[in-house]
This record gives sequence, structure tokens and C-alpha cells, in this order.
Amino acid sequence: MDPRTTSRRSFLTFAAGLPVAGATLAACGSSGPTSTSSSAAAGGGSAAAGSGATYWTLTGQPQEDIRKATVARFNAANASTKITQTLFQNDAYKQKIKTALGAGQGPTILWGWGGGGLKSWVDAGQVDDLTSWFGENADVKDKLFPAAFGAATVNGKIYAMPAETVTPIVLFYNKKVFEKVGVQPPQSWGDILDLVPKFNAAKIAPFSLGGQSRWTNMMWLEFLFDRIGGPEVFQAVFDGEKDAWSNPAAIQALTEMQKLIKANGFIKGFSSITADSNADQALLYTGKAAMMVHGAWTDGGMKGSGGDFVTGGHLGYMNFPGVDGGKGDPSDSVGNPAQYLSISSKATDAEKETAKKFFKTAVLDADEQKAWIGAGNIPIVQGADSLIGTGEDADWLKFQYSIASGAKSFAQSWDQALSPTAAEVLLDNIAKLFQLSISPEQFATNLNATIGQ
Amino acid sequence: MSTLAPPVVKGTRSANSGGRSGSLGWLVLPALLFFVTFGVVPLFGVLFLSFTRWDGIGAIHPDGLNAWRSVLGDPQLLHSLGVTFLIMILSWLVQTPASLLLGTFLAGHQRYRGFLAVLYFIPLLLSSAAIAITWKALLDPNFGLGAGLGLSFLQQDWLGKDTLAVGVVVFIVSWQFIPFHSLIYQGGVRQIPRSIYEAAEIVGAGRLRQFFSITLPQLKYTIITSSTLMVVGSLTFFDLIFVLTAGGPGDATRVLALDMYKRGFMANLMGPASAIAVILVLVGLGIALGLRRLGGTDQTDSMLEGA
Repeated sequence: MDPRTTSRRSFLTFAAGLPVAGATLAACGSSGPTSTSSSAAAGGGSAAAGSGATYWTLTGQPQEDIRKATVARFNAANASTKITQTLFQNDAYKQKIKTALGAGQGPTILWGWGGGGLKSWVDAGQVDDLTSWFGENADVKDKLFPAAFGAATVNGKIYAMPAETVTPIVLFYNKKVFEKVGVQPPQSWGDILDLVPKFNAAKIAPFSLGGQSRWTNMMWLEFLFDRIGGPEVFQAVFDGEKDAWSNPAAIQALTEMQKLIKANGFIKGFSSITADSNADQALLYTGKAAMMVHGAWTDGGMKGSGGDFVTGGHLGYMNFPGVDGGKGDPSDSVGNPAQYLSISSKATDAEKETAKKFFKTAVLDADEQKAWIGAGNIPIVQGADSLIGTGEDADWLKFQYSIASGAKSFAQSWDQALSPTAAEVLLDNIAKLFQLSISPEQFATNLNATIGQ
Repeated sequence: MSTLAPPVVKGTRSANSGGRSGSLGWLVLPALLFFVTFGVVPLFGVLFLSFTRWDGIGAIHPDGLNAWRSVLGDPQLLHSLGVTFLIMILSWLVQTPASLLLGTFLAGHQRYRGFLAVLYFIPLLLSSAAIAITWKALLDPNFGLGAGLGLSFLQQDWLGKDTLAVGVVVFIVSWQFIPFHSLIYQGGVRQIPRSIYEAAEIVGAGRLRQFFSITLPQLKYTIITSSTLMVVGSLTFFDLIFVLTAGGPGDATRVLALDMYKRGFMANLMGPASAIAVILVLVGLGIALGLRRLGGTDQTDSMLEGA
């Protein structure tokens, strides 16, 4: 045979084989961890074309799998209007979404925390007003906890669909350590201050704290402000009242806070520990610290990394106790009332329709509610407690549901309620307050300057 | 540049004499274009932004001098400038003698020195973020090296006390950059003609005397080059400090670059952040010019300069 023909044929065979190899590779790629579009062809950012929609949200287990499963169910039921989901790590997302919105490259559906961050999107005209849509779809609105809509509302209009879970901040404690030292969990702020020297004498830190993250310190102030002066103290700040931080209740809360710090209430080196590394949780489950005030979401992390700490029943939890003589109701809670999904005002009408259909039919459907319960969280759906059942997490879930449904006031975290500008000054001054480098009065003066920003 | 130019001009003698600069001028174009697009244009963009109010998402509003007023009236600026200069001076004081000695040592031609040189340069291969994460884990008072080995003197609150945290930053910066500056000094020392040392040996100068009377004066321009890199470089320390302490505890290690980032990207105040960026540029240029002055009128005069 003519050698030239052979070589040419083998070249053709090779060329024909290439696309197959390419397709196989592409198929492998689409099952990667970050993009969950079920069709390989629509992967990446090209989904903006057509009537599908794009959806940016966060990574991190167990939430990540639940978010992916909801989109997968929607895409299976709506083959012509698929949603392409892209997941980002938490802090990276905050920067990415800001840059993308500024450049007009944002997704159709924006995941967010509501409050001040949502307001900055609204002020920039980046997200659609959903008030009338909720009016037409009252069944969607009535399904959800009413308290979840507060942080979705800006100037009386609803700009986001509340979604996912309610996560209160609670006081965790290590039962083994309490038994070892022979003391009882605190019933009041006074008990907390009394417990501090006892744990320190036993060479155990009273409280774990990831202080470098700053918002971890803020959770303490949120509770002390509420327990001492009631929810109206921070509400006055939020409403922009002049000198609201100088309220005597606020000064008292800040003074009590520094009293606990000066008494060595927190683990040595707390100001260099970050919450992102979960080192604060590790201190609690390894018994180096006795208690920790943290979000309910940390339960999952301690269950995963703490050996038998959670499953063996060694993790205790309670709502933050009251302060003697304080005005606040000890049933009040703070935390994340929900997470929020907004629709980009820059999206096409077809994309917006897809997003609304997703909100109506897929977000918090029965399967997603079960998944959240299974992961130890309370979905923001009325009557979700009926799904709790009798599993190993049942007590923990009932506890969270009772806080979420029983709280007279469920305040949103301050840094999310305020504008990013005011939140940064707040976090900065909280770090200094915990470092004892400023007094409560200086703290109030510095923050009064940001009111209304 | 000037030492390279003459032979090239000679080679192109056939070109007319008026094209002496013209024939070579175009060589600078690619670099100039790159510099203007990515250096000068953004600089003017930042200068423009410093007179506006912008949250990074919405529309840009002209705002006169308000951003400048708020930055210059904020005690935080003086504090950040102070921290920046403190870290700059301390790290210069630690790095310069150490790299000078190491560089002189490594300039020898013995085999084991070559091996040591390779070892010394390992920190240069790591990214600042990786270095910061590693040191943060090692220095953790509860789970770090001190707790792991049971050595109580290592169990300090390294990153949680103001002065300790500044010290740790200076130490890690030095650990990271001493190899780089040693490399510069090594090159500088090797450029010193052997004959000067031979002459010194003949008149009976010892090693120490040779170092102070020959090596050090001959390295004058190398020292200036290395110091400029250190000092101007330390204005832009960001990644290491951001990951290591995030400016904390409180604001003890909040350098100017970090202050700029926090204002711009966390507090959404692009105007004041741009004003700080302009201040950073001015301070950096001022220092670099000042250091050039220190080196005499024209550095290119010396035939024996390093690097």
C-alpha cells in the first residue's frame, strides 16, 4: 500500500477521535464541584444566552449539597429554562459580587445576607423590587416565617426572597468540662462572671472566641445590649437617632463586656484566632475552653470534627442568659433570620421569569426542607417542626425551632443590618474594645460619628 | 544603559547622525506603552476617584475635597503612617546587616557555601500568603508549636499583643526577604576587583579591616539599591499582614496599604481609599528620590556599583 495514504488515513482517524476525547473530558469537567448545570454544553458563564438563568451562591458543607440539589431538581423539571449555579467561598463571594455588579457582569439570582448589604444593591439600582410579585403569590409569602422578611425589606419594599434557614446565636458549653470542674451552666450574667475564676483556677479557659474575625466579638455585644436595654437600643442606632450609641444601657453593656475580658473570661490569644479556621470550635470540643457563644451553624462543624463530642451528648446549648435588672426579654435572640435571594435588575425578562419560577416552585420545596432538617438546621418555613421526627438531632432542632419561633425579637446581626461603611467602623471599634485599647465612652463617641451613614 | 549604548551606536554608523536617538527610541515603545496603560492611566484614575464619592457599585458622584478632608482629619491615617514607618525602619534595621553579612559570606567560592546559598533561598520560593498561614499556625498559643512541644516560652500570645505582633511581622518579613537581599549583596561583593583585596593584604590589613575599609565602601550603591527595594517595598506590605493579623490586634499592625483596602473594599469608601493610594504613591516616590540623593549626584558614574 502507498505509505502516503496510510499516514493520511491514520491522521484522519486521529482527527476523528479528537472530538470524542474532547467530549469525554468536557463531560468529566461538568461533574466538577463548582458548577452544577446538568448539561455539559451550558457550563461556564455562557448560560446568560437563552432563557436560562445564572445563580451565584456559597460553598461550604452541608449547605453546598443542599443548594446544588435544589437547582438540580429545578433543572430536571424545567429542561428548557435551566439554571446555571456557580458557588464561591464566603469571603471571596463578597468581593466578587461587588466587582461583578459594578462591571455589569452579575448573575440573574444573587445570594445575600439581606439588611445593609441588600440596601447597597437597592441604592445602586441593581436588584428588582419583588413587592408586587409577593402580592400576586401570597402563598409563597405566607409559607415563610414573617420575621424573615424584615431584612429583605428596604424602604418598605421587598427586594429579596427569604430562603434557606434561620440560625440563632446560642451559648454552647462542654458538659464534660462542667462535670470535671463541678459547676452548673450559668442562669444569668452574674453566674457567668462567677464561673470565670472557677474555670481559670482549673486551667480551663471560660470562653472560646475567634476574636480576629471581629463579628464573633460582636455577637457578645448584640446579646448584652439586648439583655440590658432591650432591642430598642440597637433599633435606635439602626433608625439613625443622634448619639444612639451613648444610651446608658449601651455604655453599661460595653462596660460589662470589658469586665469579662479583664477577668480573663476568654481564651488566651483570642484576638489572633479566626473563626474561619474553626479553631474556636476546636477549643470547645477539645475541652480547652468551657463555653462558646456562636452561631447555630457551628453545630455541624463540631459534629464533623469533634469525634463523639456532639453525637455522644457532650455538647450543651442554651439561649444567652439574662442580665439581672436588665430590660431585655431573655427569650430574645439574634443571628441570621434567613438568607436572601434577589433578582438582578440587569437580567433579561426571560431570565427574570426563570428566576421567579425557581423561587415559586423550587426554593424551600418539601425535599429542600427535609434536607435542611437532616443537616441540623431549621428551614424558615411555618410548621417545619413537624418534619423534625425523632432522629439524633431532634432535641437540637426543637431547641432551635423554639428560639426562632418563640423569640419576641429576633435581631439581624449588626454588621449585616448596617451599611457596609458603618459596619466596618463598628467591627474596627469592637476589635479595639476587646483589646481594651478604647473605653466604652470612646467606643460610643467613635460610633456616634457613623450614625446615618 | 549608558555602558550598553556606545557599541550599538557604532554598529549602526551607516544611519545618519540625526537618527542617533531616533533609531533607538522606538525600543522603549513597548515598555512605555505598557507602563502608561497599566501604570500612569490607573494612577490618574485613582487621583480622579479621590475627588469623588463612590461605593464601588453605583454611580460615581463628584465630591470635591470631602474624601481628602475625611482622610486627613482621621487620626487613623497618622496611626497607619506611624505603623508603616515603624515596620519599615525596623525591618530595614534587621534585614540590612543580616543580608550584608550573609551576602559577603556567600560571595566566597567554596563548595559548601553554594549549598548553603541554595538552602537560604528557600523562603524566596514561597508566596506571602502561604508564609503567613504557616507562621500563624506555628504561633497559635493553643494549638501551635509552643503548645505542641510543651515549651512555655514559645506559648506567648504572639499575634494578640500589640508590640509582640509588630515584632512578629518584622521577623517574618525579614525571614522572607533576607535571602533576596543577600543575593543582591552577593552579586555586589563579587564585582569588587580581587586586586583591591590583594593590595590590602600586602599592606597587612586583616579580614575585619578589609570588610570595613573595602567591602562596605565598595558596596555603597548596592546598599542604596537594596535599601530602596526594602523601604519602598515595605510600603506595600499587604498580603502577609492581611492573612497574618488582618491589621490586628485592634489596629496595631494596620499599615497604610491595609487601611486603604479596608476603606475601599470593606467599608465601600472608594474616595477616601483612593486618597490614601495617592498618599502612598507620593510617600513612596519621595523616599525613593531621597535615597537616590543619598547616593550622590549620579549613580551611573561608578564603574563598580553592584546589581
